[in-house]
Amino acid sequence: MTTVTADPAPPSTPSGRSARPSRLRRSWEKHWYAWAMVLPVVIVLAILIFYPLFRGIWLSLTNLTEANQAAEICTRSITGGEVCAENPNRWEFVGLDNYLNVLSGNVGDFWQWTGITLIWTLGCVVFHYGLGLGLAVMLNRPMWGRGLYRVLLVLPWAVPAFVSAFAWKFIFNERFGLANSLLTSLGIDPVDWFANQWTSLFTAIITNIWLGVPFMMVALLGGMQTIPGELYEAAEIDGASAWQRFRNITLPGLRPVSMTVILLGTIWTFNMFPIIFLVTEGQPAGGTEILVTGAFRAAFEGIRNYSLASTYGVLILSILLVFSMFYRRALRKQGEVW
Amino acid sequence: MSQLTTPAAATPAAAVPAAPAKTAKRPGRSRRSPAKSLLLHGTLIVASLIALGPIVWVLLSSFKPGYAVQSSDLTLVKDPTLANYSYVLFDTNFPKWLLNSVIVAAFTMLIGIFLSATTGYAVSRFNFPGRRPLMMTFLITQMFPAAILIVPIYTIMARFGLINTLPALIIAYLTIAVPFCAWMLKGYFDSIPTSLDEAAALDGCGPFAIFWRVVLPLARPAIAVTAFYTFLTAWGEVMYASAFIQTDNKFTLAYGLQQFVPQFNPQWEYLTAAAVLVTVPAGVVFMIAQRHLVSGLTAGGTKG
Repeated sequence: MTTVTADPAPPSTPSGRSARPSRLRRSWEKHWYAWAMVLPVVIVLAILIFYPLFRGIWLSLTNLTEANQAAEICTRSITGGEVCAENPNRWEFVGLDNYLNVLSGNVGDFWQWTGITLIWTLGCVVFHYGLGLGLAVMLNRPMWGRGLYRVLLVLPWAVPAFVSAFAWKFIFNERFGLANSLLTSLGIDPVDWFANQWTSLFTAIITNIWLGVPFMMVALLGGMQTIPGELYEAAEIDGASAWQRFRNITLPGLRPVSMTVILLGTIWTFNMFPIIFLVTEGQPAGGTEILVTGAFRAAFEGIRNYSLASTYGVLILSILLVFSMFYRRALRKQGEVW
Repeated sequence: MSQLTTPAAATPAAAVPAAPAKTAKRPGRSRRSPAKSLLLHGTLIVASLIALGPIVWVLLSSFKPGYAVQSSDLTLVKDPTLANYSYVLFDTNFPKWLLNSVIVAAFTMLIGIFLSATTGYAVSRFNFPGRRPLMMTFLITQMFPAAILIVPIYTIMARFGLINTLPALIIAYLTIAVPFCAWMLKGYFDSIPTSLDEAAALDGCGPFAIFWRVVLPLARPAIAVTAFYTFLTAWGEVMYASAFIQTDNKFTLAYGLQQFVPQFNPQWEYLTAAAVLVTVPAGVVFMIAQRHLVSGLTAGGTKG
């Protein structure tokens, strides 16, 4: 974990010839405005991300819950006085108990949730990227109505995610939803979408695809506009087909953008809370719970179990860190400096 | 990014035609066979319909009375009425929630733009010690699941006495939005030639003046995207809002809306009307920002 400090005493400065105090001072004089510019963000991140992170890691090694957080238990006596005694069941350090409970399946369904999360993430990101790329290629050419198509296609992005979630839940309602009405009018029996694990997951994935394609499309369209037009002209003179131009110019030219949006998209989808939480609500019987929603329900429904929430958080973060490490290594192997 | 070379005085509208002008240079590509043209437009029309469909369906449903919303007959318009809207607007706390959401989103947007622009600029232009770790941090913060942060953040907020206040939400949303926006703006600032900075420095501008008067005006498309992103983040967040806000009169829309669809007896007709009212401000911000969306989101990745 890299922590960032705005400490004006950096260990290394470019010029190493002068004596230490003056080097420090020169570094300060050279960089003070850069540090001043990033300082507010660093402070906010330090207080609200890094302190909570380390506190969360610590909490995951304890058994803190809503019920045992008090240091003292006070009881009012009949005379009106208050008697306080030390809480006998005060929360304490329990080592790796939480992790053992979660990973062995004693608490929650960690492995099932992980499986669903992987299906969910893979399904969403593949379709986000594929559809986004396809639409971007179609829009990246002069044609009639280009601006209009672009506005219409980006529109789902402008709708707040929770509104989209409600809209799709409404559409997939088993009694009066649009989806079943359309199926009935085509002569197909209506489907009870949220009664089956896979149809339920399907509705959530459809919702998220609808929601996420515009971002990919816009990012890839932006990337395509940085590819010089001369490359296409040269390829055309050499007699390259449209497919060859796409494979050998567009795709390589998009690589940097693609790598970033796929990484971000994967992380965002993995942690996407509102869609599953609102659309399927984990139905049927927790069958469509992904890690973040499952962890939330396990930890916050009933007596709030803070230590358990932290344990899940640490596990989720570890999975994502390992993933992005491998991802970056794979990129580096292919010569991508990033 | 051809429009970057246009002077700062260029109107925003000038940013848009840049791309077609470039593609139009390619001869032959604009002449398509009718069949191809049909396929292209057909696909795009279908895609647009899918993109628009759910929005239109909710909009249509919001004008139907309750019994028509909860019927399985497929009708587009039935007994149109404004009763749902008047109920939501006048008989619930909706206006109060709307005001709360506007305050939270507006402040998040303004502070977020300021913080991410200065940070993005510093990271883009100055090679100061701590620059690379900072960039990595921005990426890593995207991975933090809210579930792990929410409890410690709650205790911090409680210590500062911010629970059940709107500033708590503004601060929390800034931590979500600023890292991504700083990253994106950094990529955009990278594509603005440093020769402009140097020229301004020769004319006697300090680093802050260069940032404020030279680079920021040129980065208008990216600023627009930042505004859009921060606004939407604050407008639609549910989890922190449900944890930090406890009383009905402090709810934001994202959390308040759930009150219309409880587990039992959900009132979809009111929800659809409220959903339309929630989407309209987001749509307005979107319309203002959309002309810049494509050019502004040539994200941090392009010049990573």
